[in-house]
Order: sequence, then structure tokens, then C-alpha cells
Amino acid sequence: MAETILFYALAITAFSAAFAVVLQKSALGSAFALIVVLCSLSAIYGLLGSPILATLQIVIYAGAVMVLFLFVIMLLDVRREKGGGGPRSFVPLALLFAGLLVLQVGAVLVGSELVPQSAPFDGSAKAFARRLFSQDYVYVFEATSVLIVAALAGALALARRRR
Amino acid sequence: MARLLFEGLTRVFSIEVLPWLALMLPFGGFLVLSLFGDWIRKDREERGAGVLSCCTVLLSFLIAVATAFMLGDAGRDLEQQRQSLNLPQRQGPYLPFQAYLAVDWIDVSGLSIPVALLLDRLASVMMLVVTGVSFLIHVYSLGYMARDEDRVRYFSYLNLFVFFMLLLVMATNLLMVFVGWEGVGLCSYLLIGFWFKRPDAAAAAKKAFIVNRVGDAGLILGLIMAYHAFGTLDLLSITDHIGGLAPERLGELGIVTVIALLLFLGACGKSAQLPLHVWLPDAMEGPTPVSALIHASTMVTAGVYLVARLAPLYRQSETAMLVVAVIGVLTAFVAATIALVQTDIKKVLAYSTVSQLGFMFLACGVGAFGAAVFHLVTHAFFKALLFLSAGSVIHALGGEQDMRRMGGLARRLPWTFWTFVIGAASLAGLPFLAGFFSKDMILEGTFATGRTAIFVTALLAALLTAVYITRLVCLAFLGASRLDAEKTAHAHESPWVMTIPLVLLAVGSATAGFVPLPDMLRPVMHGAASESRAVRWIPYAATTLSLFGIMLAAYLYLLYKETPARLASALPWIRRALEAKWGFDDLYNAFVRRVLVSGGRRILWRAVDSFLIDGTVNATARAVGSAAETLRSAQTGLVRGHALLVLGGAVALVVYLLWPR
Amino acid sequence: MSETLLRHALALSLALFAVGAVGVLLRRNVITVLMCIELMLNAANLALVAFSRSWAAVDGHVMALFVLTVAASEAAVGLAIVIALQRARDTLDVDAFDELRG
Repeated sequence: MAETILFYALAITAFSAAFAVVLQKSALGSAFALIVVLCSLSAIYGLLGSPILATLQIVIYAGAVMVLFLFVIMLLDVRREKGGGGPRSFVPLALLFAGLLVLQVGAVLVGSELVPQSAPFDGSAKAFARRLFSQDYVYVFEATSVLIVAALAGALALARRRR
Repeated sequence: MARLLFEGLTRVFSIEVLPWLALMLPFGGFLVLSLFGDWIRKDREERGAGVLSCCTVLLSFLIAVATAFMLGDAGRDLEQQRQSLNLPQRQGPYLPFQAYLAVDWIDVSGLSIPVALLLDRLASVMMLVVTGVSFLIHVYSLGYMARDEDRVRYFSYLNLFVFFMLLLVMATNLLMVFVGWEGVGLCSYLLIGFWFKRPDAAAAAKKAFIVNRVGDAGLILGLIMAYHAFGTLDLLSITDHIGGLAPERLGELGIVTVIALLLFLGACGKSAQLPLHVWLPDAMEGPTPVSALIHASTMVTAGVYLVARLAPLYRQSETAMLVVAVIGVLTAFVAATIALVQTDIKKVLAYSTVSQLGFMFLACGVGAFGAAVFHLVTHAFFKALLFLSAGSVIHALGGEQDMRRMGGLARRLPWTFWTFVIGAASLAGLPFLAGFFSKDMILEGTFATGRTAIFVTALLAALLTAVYITRLVCLAFLGASRLDAEKTAHAHESPWVMTIPLVLLAVGSATAGFVPLPDMLRPVMHGAASESRAVRWIPYAATTLSLFGIMLAAYLYLLYKETPARLASALPWIRRALEAKWGFDDLYNAFVRRVLVSGGRRILWRAVDSFLIDGTVNATARAVGSAAETLRSAQTGLVRGHALLVLGGAVALVVYLLWPR
Repeated sequence: MSETLLRHALALSLALFAVGAVGVLLRRNVITVLMCIELMLNAANLALVAFSRSWAAVDGHVMALFVLTVAASEAAVGLAIVIALQRARDTLDVDAFDELRG
């Protein structure tokens, strides 16, 4: 029961914080709202039985990525956005498409059966690691390291001050 | 060790390898000369290029002699070789054929064309003539071209020519014949235009090439038709196929006539027969040895070779044979009449060549294919001799070719004179010289067909032959000298490298007639025995005619020199016709200018090209342009617009996936 | 973890995704757009984790880890691009970058 209450509280927090991300006029405000979303999701992961992902969510997202965002926002001294939807207003179309997407996927969600497997679910770090380093994923996992190096080099190359 | 060497040598000097060697040696010479020519050129006294060139051809000639002897007793099984190349099996009474096989050249759905050499008696004879005459002319060229700056290029072309000519005569299939055919055409073009800085030479080269295009169009069409009709381009298969055809199937043979005539059109172009003969006299712009080699003794006889090679095909078609005979005899007559009034010593010989080629085709047309090849061989000797002697005269006179400014050269150039006389007598058909035998054989064959008009025309042409060649001898060598004083002092006998080939060719011209060539060639031609049916009085009649022609010409051009002029003014229209060379050039010029150029301008250029093709292209471009102009506004370049479209696409995708089916 | 809860977790994922998408489309600041993209990625991650729980298989978690990695890389490169853009054009308005206009 406590679990259920906690979940809905977190969900409502995440949802409203997500709205805040989109609606905030200042980038800084959006960033803080996003941090709230990320932390709520981390807690939900914990509730869904995956402590390792909850930890990673905090460490990588809140700890690394968001710091990066904040750092850039500070660095560039981002001004407030000017109002208006630009040369052509996208608001109706954007809302229409998003609404359609919600309707369609929501219909699937409502219509489908989602019975939790009766098998006991072990989402512990140990089980996670066993799966991650199994034959199925270990090469992909190693490939991500290459991806990260490439991203690192790319970021350096892009942000370098050219003279 | 010695034994190994011996075995290796016997393997190389076997009849399988030697023809390839004979073929490739001149090509090697060409490669060396054209790739390293500059390096040889540095040598100031360079004889190297010419000597190398001569050596390759000499070796080829020796190989040709060797293979000719080996051919006699080589009992190799041709069938096995043909079987190994998936060629159709042959039936028929052939023994001495040899095909030298190498690799598949083309092998696509049913069309299988190997690169292979065919060496039978006909090819062997052609090889001997080509390499033998080529060698003598190469040697002669050493002297004739000694002071030309471009000797290396000259000899490299000459070697290339020998290569292509050998390829042509040793080809096993029509496609290889075609390759050789075009190759010798190319060399002919290059050598006619050898002195390309002279506009006349460049124009003559182009003319030769373009006129040959007309013939080659026929050749290509004939080739395609032959493949369509027989399913193969293999020469032996075609001739066997035709030879073995039952008489009741002859009714279906309309296509054979078409093929024969198309191939004959090609032969007409290459061998300068009547409608397409106009290029050969102009081809005399090339160096004289070239005229002797390419435009008298070898390349221009390729057409005769082709027809003779396909003798069984021609035999199947009355119509084609008649056309060949008529064109041949008309060419012989017309060219002989034009030769009567030419003043350029080489032009006379050029028209003489056209005329003699006409005789060869006449022989083919009346079924005396052996006689045609026989005349081809003897003609190769005496016409090469005549050209080379004329070249010796031109050389001595520092480039003078007009007979009106010669005369009395017999004493100054004794070797040249006597060899020329032997060649001329052989051409005129004096008894026991080479031309006598072959020409009589042609006349006999013609008489045997019983077509009187053709026979009489042939006799007339033979008479005119004697007249024009005697006229040439009289004007150039006999009588009073009409030379400039300066040139008289300069006139001298040619060096030995030029006179020795003359002497050798003179020996050939005198004796080649004693070789029983037609008998040897009969199995190749599928010839009937009727070919050599002797009609006793014809040699006497022909000899009498020749003597009469010689005396007439001597009378007209030595004793009573005003007579020709008086005759000419008495018969102005004949004179005009002859001097205009029967108007062929004018006709073609008018045709090209009126029909091709103006028609092309009005119809093809203005209507088709400008309006239709350009219009279509421009309209397409304009349609694309306006469509692009319209679509351009869709490209806003807004990042958010693109993102919106991505989302729209995602939504559409989900709709598609969820669509109830 | 009951079925309802899982269902609602997926619904939350859907909602977050839609909100993120709308944000991407409507916001003009490049950095905010990037943050909205992070939001969408997180929504996807939530769905993965929820399904993983539903199927009682840990593979979804592994997938989520990869998404996390890619998201981090993307943020690094994206922000580097943002810095480069700011230097080159002196603006962060997405509508200003319209070089592709026909």
C-alpha cells in the first residue's frame, strides 16, 4: 500500500515537473525541473525493482548530464526566450500530433493485457551484471565504450575554439 | 641438357606454334618501334628501326616457308582440335587443314568465337605472298625512306600492317577476319596520310577511310546475317555447311545471296571495285613502297581473298556470282580506260591495280576461284615490282611523278628500266611470264561460262592493259628526255638496297606462273574440275591481243606522237569522260553535297536535332526546373519543422501498425 | 507490483514522452530542446524498465543502460554543438539555423 502511494506521488511529481521543463521560460528553470523528473524516475525504478538502474539514473543523469547542461547554460549566459511560436505557429500541429500519439498508444495500453509473470523477478545488481556480461550483451556493452570515446572526441573537436 | 634443349626447340618449332610466331613477330616489331622509337631515333645514322623491322618480317617469311612445307606432311587431326573448342564437326574430304587454336575470345549464349589461326593451303599461300613481298618492300624502304625524318614511325606502321594482314589471312572466323580487315584499313589510313602535313595526303587518307566505311558497313551486315543464317562465324563451318547442302534446299537460299552480296560490298570497298574504287588512286599520296605493299599487292587483295575463302558460299548463289563477275569485268574495263589518259606514273599503276583486281573478281564470279588467287599471287609480284620501279624513278628524279616531264630514262636507270619492263610484260601477259598464265586462266574460265558479253569485255580490258602499260614504258623510259636540266644532272640509279628487291621481284614476276597454284588450291575451294578446262585457242588469242596492244601503244607514243592528241580532239566526249575518270568523283561529290549535306542540314539538323531532340531535352529540363521551383517553398529549413514532420511520420507509422487488418 | 501499477507506469512513460515531444516542437532555445529530448529518452527508459518487470526478465534493464549511455553521449556531443553554434552565430534560437531553406 505504501508502495502504491509512493508510486503515484512520484508519478505526479514527474509528470508536473515534465510540464515545468516544457513551460519554463528560462533554460535554468527547465534544467532544475528536469532534475526533479530524473530523480522521481530514479525512485520509480527503485520501486520497479531495479536498484542498479536507480543508482545509475542518479549518478549519470542527475550527476553528470545535468551538471553538463547547467555548466553550458551558465557558460553561454542564455537569455530568456522571446515569446511567440516563430515564423509559423507549430502549436496546433504539435499538440495534434502529440495528442494523436497519446490516444493511439493509450488505446493499446488500455486494450492489452499486462499480466506480470508469476516467476520471481530478480532485478538485483548481481543478476543485472550477469545478464549484461553474458554472451548476448557483452560485445554491445564493449561497443558502447567505443561510442563514448567517439562522443568524447567529437565533443572536444566541436567545442574547441578555432583560431 | 642437350636433349631438353632439343625437345624445347621442337616444341617451339612445331606447326602449332610457328604461325603464332609469324603473326606476333611483326607486332613485336611494331611495339618496340612505337614504344622505344624515340630512343632509337637518338642515333644519328639510325638504320636500326628499319633493320629491326626487316628482320621481323624476314623471320615471319622464313616461318611461312617452313610452315608451308610442314603443311604438306603434317597429318594432324584437325577434328580433334575443333572438337576441343566446341566447333561443329566437319564432314568432307579435307586433309591438309590445320587450325591453330588458342583461347576463347567471345563465349556468350551460343556465340562462341575462339582466337585461333587457320592454316590451310590458301592461308599458307597468302602468308607467303604477304611476308615475302613485305620483306622485299621493307628492304626497299630502307633505301627509299633513308632521308625521311619519320622513318621510325613509317616502319612501325609497316610492321603493324604486316601483323594485321597476317591476322586477316590466317583468321579462322569471320570476326577475326573483320579485325584484321579493319586493322589493315587503319594502317592504310595511317600510311596514306604518312606525310600528313601535305593537305592532299591528309585528304586522300580520309577519303580512303570513309569510302572503306561504306564497304565495311556491308561487311558487318554480312557478318551478322551469316551468323543469323548459319549460327556460327567459323569459316570452315560456314563453307562446309554450304557445301554439304542438298540441291533441293537451294530454294531457301535467298539469304545466301544476300550474305554473299553484302560481303562482296565489303570486298568492293577494300579491293577498290567499281562503285567504291575512287579511293585507291588518291591513296597514291602515300610513300611509294606503301603503294606497292598495301595498295597494290596485299591489302587490296583482301577482298579477293575473302570471296575466294568463301567460294562454296558464292557458288550457291547464281545471282551473287553474276554480280561479282559483272562488277569485276566492268571495273577491269573502266579502270583500264582511265589508266590510258593518266599522266601521273603512280596513278596509271593505281588504275592498273584496280583493273587487275577487277580481273580477279571476274575470275571469282565465273567460278575460277583458283585462278583468282593465282592472279592475286602473280599480280602481287609484278605490281609490287612496277610500283617499286616507279618509286625508283621518282626517287631518282627527286619526287617527279609526271610522265610528261620524264622520257629517256632507260639509259640512266638501267636496272630500274629492265625490271620495270619485265613487270610490264608480265602485266601485259606476254607468254611464259607470270601474268600470262593467270590471266589466261581467268579468260578461259570466263569463256567456259559462255557469257559472251563478259568475255569480250574482259578481252578488251586485257588489250587496254597492254596499251596503257606500254604507253607508260614509252613515256617514262623511252624516247627523248623531257627532263629539266637540273634534274637530269641529279638523276641516278638507286642504291643496291632498292635495286636488289627489284631484281628479286622481277625473278618472281617472270617465274611465279609456273607454280601449279590452282591445282594446289582446288580442295580448299571445293572446286570442280571444270575450272581448268583448257580451251586451246585462248592463250594464242590473248597473246596476239597483247602484242597488238603493245605495238599499237608503241606506234602511238613512240613513232607518231601527234596521233593521240588528234584522236582526243576527234572524239572529245570520250576524252572528257576519261579525263573526268567517268565522273565517279563528281557524282559522289554532288551526292554528298546535295543529298547528305543539305539533307542533313534541313532534315536531321533543323527538324530532328534542333526541334525534336533539343526540344524534348529542353522541355524535360524546364519541367524539372519549374517543379523544383514549386517544391522549393516546402523547404523552410526550420529545424522544428523537420522535427514536426518526424513526429508526424511516427504517428503515421503507429497508425499503420495498429490499423485493424 | 500489481498489474495496475505497471499499467500506470507505462501511462506515465507515454505522458512524459508526449510532453517531451511537444517541448521539442515548441521550444526555441536549443538547450531546452536538448533537455526535452532527454525527457523523451527517460520516458522510453521507464517503459523498458516497466516491461522488464512485467516479463520478469532483466534484459529491459540492460537495454535501459544502453539508452542511458547513448543519452549521455548525445548530451555531450549536443552540448558541444550548442557551444559551437553559439560561437558561430551568436544565438541559440533554433529558428535562426535555417541554412537548409530552399
